[in-house]
Amino acid sequence: MLTRRIIPCLDVRAGRVVKGVRFRDHIDMGDIVELARRYRDAGADELVFYDITASPSRRRAEAAWVERVARELDIPFCVAGGIRSVADARVLLHAGADKISVNSPALERPELIDQLAAAFGVQCVVVGIDSLRDDDGEWRVRVNAGDPAQTRALPRRTLDWIVEAQQRGAGEIVLNCMGSDGVRSGYDIEQLQAARVLCRVPLVASGGAGAVAHFIDVFRTADVDAALAASVFHGGVVAIPQLKLALATAGIEVRP
Amino acid sequence: MPDVVLVDAGGSNIGSLRYALQRLGVDARLSSDATRIRAASHVILPGVGAAAPGMQRLRDAGLVEVLRALRQPMLGVCLGMQLLFEHSAESDTPCLGLLPGRVGRLAGDDHVRVPHMGWNALTPLRDDPLLAGMPHPAYAYFVHSYAAQPGACTLASATHGAMFSAVVRQGNVCGMQFHPERSAAVGARLLRNFISL
Repeated sequence: MLTRRIIPCLDVRAGRVVKGVRFRDHIDMGDIVELARRYRDAGADELVFYDITASPSRRRAEAAWVERVARELDIPFCVAGGIRSVADARVLLHAGADKISVNSPALERPELIDQLAAAFGVQCVVVGIDSLRDDDGEWRVRVNAGDPAQTRALPRRTLDWIVEAQQRGAGEIVLNCMGSDGVRSGYDIEQLQAARVLCRVPLVASGGAGAVAHFIDVFRTADVDAALAASVFHGGVVAIPQLKLALATAGIEVRP
Repeated sequence: MPDVVLVDAGGSNIGSLRYALQRLGVDARLSSDATRIRAASHVILPGVGAAAPGMQRLRDAGLVEVLRALRQPMLGVCLGMQLLFEHSAESDTPCLGLLPGRVGRLAGDDHVRVPHMGWNALTPLRDDPLLAGMPHPAYAYFVHSYAAQPGACTLASATHGAMFSAVVRQGNVCGMQFHPERSAAVGARLLRNFISL
């Protein structure tokens, strides 16, 4: 039986892992390969590397560190950040990334998803969605959400975009619920449940993890395929071995 | 030391397999040259993408008959495994026909999502050196939308909605539907088993 995945997300700047409030107060966390190995050894099922400087500076993530990770790592990993074309994606996939994730460039030019799926197959194409509930109660997408100064709201409804992204060839959806992101009070179950109904491909929950119970809750009640988190792992608040044990005890299938 | 050749027909995950072999101490060569492939001790057919362009690339490289005539151990990985069968339902594509059977699309439903993406348990069905030392339970990393039904050549199965072939072998022809290069210690063990055949 397919297990549920635990995915730490690492922010990368100039080949180093950093943490902090995005674009402010970055703390150097260490070498990217060393941290990747540490998470692998702890039982991470997959890693996401997000090149935080790529997208705002309108260039793609660098191939050099992607290749370094690919040489050393024996679990799958996805690269996000500034991928705007088939050529960008090809460089990163050839460097050894298993998947590439597109977010704002896909909102600006939705055909990008079709082109990536046609070139590499849907299994490589992850669509990341930053979503926030507006005053009228609708969830809508945001572009450039990685940089508060550049973030813009679009009229596009999140649930419509989830449907369209799949039709265009998304092989997986990462739904980052910005309202709960960074707050550590749990995943946005209501939004993820609504997304789940429309999402026929794997759905990854993102934003809000603060405790082991939040992971149990999101798998049980929103039926997501994977849960992504960053600060809760980096800060040592949740250790992956204990998390997996707790999930297994709760009857959720995980890779030991 | 085995002389492993990775068939380079323009797929995109060749680097990862090559690095996985390097971690096992084997410096595999990439080649699309028939003479070089025939001379190898072990041949690996990687593949990410779709069946029809995958077969087209092999035809364009003049490798279809070369692969069919190999007698040394050969391993198809993911799409590379699917191409070993007679036919794939993906774009109704005739394949290499080195293994009996057909490849069909995984049937999804409300709880079975396609692509099948993630770590799934391998269920061994037969003893074989290719599965030597495999832990129990063993989990491997899958990413695919098509799969071969279990048949006489199935060594291990996995289940996603229905049961399908995860590891196959018939004589020198082997296949793994998952990505051993991304399946941690289990994948390393199975790759090591292959290069020890």
